[in-house]
Amino acid sequence: MQLSTIAWITLVIPLIAAALILLVTRANKPLAAGLAILSVLIAFIGSWFIFWHGVNADYLGFDWINLGKTFSIPFSLLIDPLSRTMFVVVTTVALLVFIYSIGYMRDEEGYSRYFAGLALFLFSMLGIVLANNLVMMYIFWELVGVSSYILIGHFYTKDSAADAAKQAFIVNRVGDFGFLLGILLFWISTGTFLISPLNSSAGLFVEHPGLLALACVLIFCGTVGKSSQFPLHVWLPNSMEGPTPVSSLLHAATMVAAGVFLLARIFPILSTSPQACEIVAWIGAISATGAGFIAIQQDDIKRILAYSTISQLGYMVAAAGLAVSAALPMFHLFTHAFFKCLLFLTAGSVIVGMHHEQNIWKMGGLMKKMPFTFLAYCCGMLALSGCPFFSGHYSKDLIMACSWEHHRAIFWVLVIGAALTPFYMTRQALVVFFGKPRSEHSEKAHESPWVMVVPMLLLAVPAVCAGYPVVKNFFFKDIGSLAEPEIPPYVDQVFLAAFLLGILGAFAIYRNVAKDPLRIPFFAQRFYLDDLYDWIVRVIQGGFARICSFVDRWFIDGILVRGSATLVWSIGFALRFLQLGNIQAYAFFFGAGVIGLIYLILNVR
Amino acid sequence: MPTLANYLLASGILFAIGLGGVMLRRSIIIIFMGLEIMLNAANLSLVAFSRYGLVDGHQIFDAQVLVFFIITVAAAEVAVGLAIIVSLYRARQTTHVEDIDTLKF
Repeated sequence: MQLSTIAWITLVIPLIAAALILLVTRANKPLAAGLAILSVLIAFIGSWFIFWHGVNADYLGFDWINLGKTFSIPFSLLIDPLSRTMFVVVTTVALLVFIYSIGYMRDEEGYSRYFAGLALFLFSMLGIVLANNLVMMYIFWELVGVSSYILIGHFYTKDSAADAAKQAFIVNRVGDFGFLLGILLFWISTGTFLISPLNSSAGLFVEHPGLLALACVLIFCGTVGKSSQFPLHVWLPNSMEGPTPVSSLLHAATMVAAGVFLLARIFPILSTSPQACEIVAWIGAISATGAGFIAIQQDDIKRILAYSTISQLGYMVAAAGLAVSAALPMFHLFTHAFFKCLLFLTAGSVIVGMHHEQNIWKMGGLMKKMPFTFLAYCCGMLALSGCPFFSGHYSKDLIMACSWEHHRAIFWVLVIGAALTPFYMTRQALVVFFGKPRSEHSEKAHESPWVMVVPMLLLAVPAVCAGYPVVKNFFFKDIGSLAEPEIPPYVDQVFLAAFLLGILGAFAIYRNVAKDPLRIPFFAQRFYLDDLYDWIVRVIQGGFARICSFVDRWFIDGILVRGSATLVWSIGFALRFLQLGNIQAYAFFFGAGVIGLIYLILNVR
Repeated sequence: MPTLANYLLASGILFAIGLGGVMLRRSIIIIFMGLEIMLNAANLSLVAFSRYGLVDGHQIFDAQVLVFFIITVAAAEVAVGLAIIVSLYRARQTTHVEDIDTLKF
């Protein structure tokens, strides 16, 4: 079989599975799950096969729109080092999450619908990874939005889930609008939608650095929405309303990773614009640290992880903004995909064990009751915190080392974030797994079934070792350089100090406490940003809507539509008094009219 | 020998009688007769103009021939009109115009 055929099959098969599940096998739960897992298994094998062959190619499917040279949108797959690596990350994580879902969703409503949604989600994400032009990418980008809407709102009978799904979709639309403008701006200035020519078109912008910066920032808007960066980060924590495996997939390899992948995709052109890079780096750094501050005061086990995701995505975005190499953000995305997926799977396992209780202050002492979960959690948590010899350490420290070299202010902001990460993760670990049980559920907690434990333990392996130099070279040597920058030795000690400070600080504060000793409303209320957005939507947007409604109801409807109808009706009403029903009267009018006409003809010149 | 003015006067009187019949009478048959009188008044003036109007000193008989056509067509029209009146009477048992006011609002 040709590689191009394999690539196409890999892309399309999750879509076929989704369609089959929804249309044919809806009633049969095991068959629905089996189909979805079979499709992701095929995609998994295909992606590794393509990765193993290491081809660089552009597989043309068909010309979707072709209006001559200046406006042509093909539907074809771009296989290059970047998409190959992302390809295997997505399918590998997806495979484990799909298997884990069998256990997690066992007793839930809408089992088949859920698996169809997952398969559709995988299809959309693979489309983003493999798209060779920005328009195709945008289409799959929106498909990711739709499938995330379906999955976050899976328990749609719950108001909060329905609202969260709506919010995720709408907030993403805000960013996507900028993305679309960016695509169009790039098209106007370079005449192409294709990624490869676009990336080598920096020469066209030599005269117009401002235009390039604007186009890059507009594209970056898409990332801000999808990767949940400040100020559009509000949807991600709320998306925790979806089933936990969905959160896991959403946060690890699909959806939020798409934004960072987009930055890596346009990296060659982005890195030629210092102004755009500055903005990107600052947004990333602010998100990295701001989300860290919020995370230390959250009580929901999944929300803490959600804010940690925003924080880690901030690191990736900042890494892209440093304009060092496309491999830098991708490396962190790679390691993050594994340990964050792992953390969510363990959180899901805890939630199942706790009978769907998510408040960490109702948990406690779960270490003995869920030993495998605890083991997996520790791997993920240490990797996320940047503990030496765990994957997160390698990628995060590399980003911070690069920022030391290229942008000192960003470096210090990121270091604060790096101290916050171990702090809130240790807090969560201490409260959930150590101490005494704080509620009835935590006393009766039990380990999860093997379909959930096995994927967790499997994921724990890459979560630990995805950052080792061997792995790094294997996956990233073709994407770009990941050389350690020259940094003074005390910078390394700063990293270690930040890590230890976070861990020890959390130990000092949270050992054996019954309830949260820290109360910082500003962080607990998420900087009041959610309230601010609520206010904006309610007062400003709502007020504008009321004005529009008034104009529509009274001016458009009242005067223009009903007014004209009333005018015609009243003229008709007046004229119908001429209808006397008397034939001689009509004859009289007729005669009078003739006489009048004759008079006019004779006398008026 | 009557002059053109005599003919036109007679034609005018006939027309006025016809118009009066149409305007004032209530029976459709009488109105119809009034209409015919008006038609014939017009015919009369047409023939009179033809008789007295010379072209290059010669009489032209075109109009007098035309009048025969008009009379023929009027006969056909009367047949149609009377048929309408008869069927109206069958439908309404009346030929008075005041009673035929269904189209009035």
